[in-house]
Amino acid sequence: MSYTVLALLGVVASIALDRWGLRTRLTTSRTWWLSYAIIVFFQILTNGWLTGRRIVQYNPDVIIGDSEVVAFGRGRLLFAPVEDLVFGFALVLTSCAVWVWSGRREKASV
Amino acid sequence: MSLERFAYLAMLVFCLGTTLPLIPAFGLELGRRWRRLLLTVVLAGTPFLIWDVLVTHAGHWWFDADQTLTWRIGGLPPEEILFFVVIPIVSVITFEGVRTVLRHGGIRATVRRDPVDGRER
Repeated sequence: MSYTVLALLGVVASIALDRWGLRTRLTTSRTWWLSYAIIVFFQILTNGWLTGRRIVQYNPDVIIGDSEVVAFGRGRLLFAPVEDLVFGFALVLTSCAVWVWSGRREKASV
Repeated sequence: MSLERFAYLAMLVFCLGTTLPLIPAFGLELGRRWRRLLLTVVLAGTPFLIWDVLVTHAGHWWFDADQTLTWRIGGLPPEEILFFVVIPIVSVITFEGVRTVLRHGGIRATVRRDPVDGRER
């Protein structure tokens, strides 16, 4: 399965976890979207470092883009494949959802 | 050893270096909740780390040997594993920072209660 498909599945799974699994519903909160806006800005910068310097390189067969590492276009945003943004969204949402969920558990056990 | 070796590590240091100061700046008290933070890192990071290990083996992506530390764990450079520790941590700190600012940032009139944990958001 391509990185494109896997990343989209990751997002669907993370939203399902937030909405129904842990019932944290961060994706309906202003706090989370504002947090994500800040995080994605820094993600684009730091991921640009990792991909622009070719620290991480991607198999052209599994991404929308190809082996050409360009700043914009060809399925890339500041050198990184757009799939990385999708992957990042899932990772950040899962992290924040688990954090809020574990806080509720902590409170309930006191 | 060339500085190039630390190129990936430098990115992780940058993430922590810019985010950790938010803890004292906003009085986040995350230090007292380190156990919960650890749980979050393990639960949220592990599935993504497993994904990473599998697709690295499948050849979805690879790492420049000159710009990462020399050893490998499960085929990954240590930085890539630390990535799944650092990113959950900086995400949570950012989230808590935003939550604190929204709560105390002078927009009290529009603050809503979180339906789940009862906290303002």
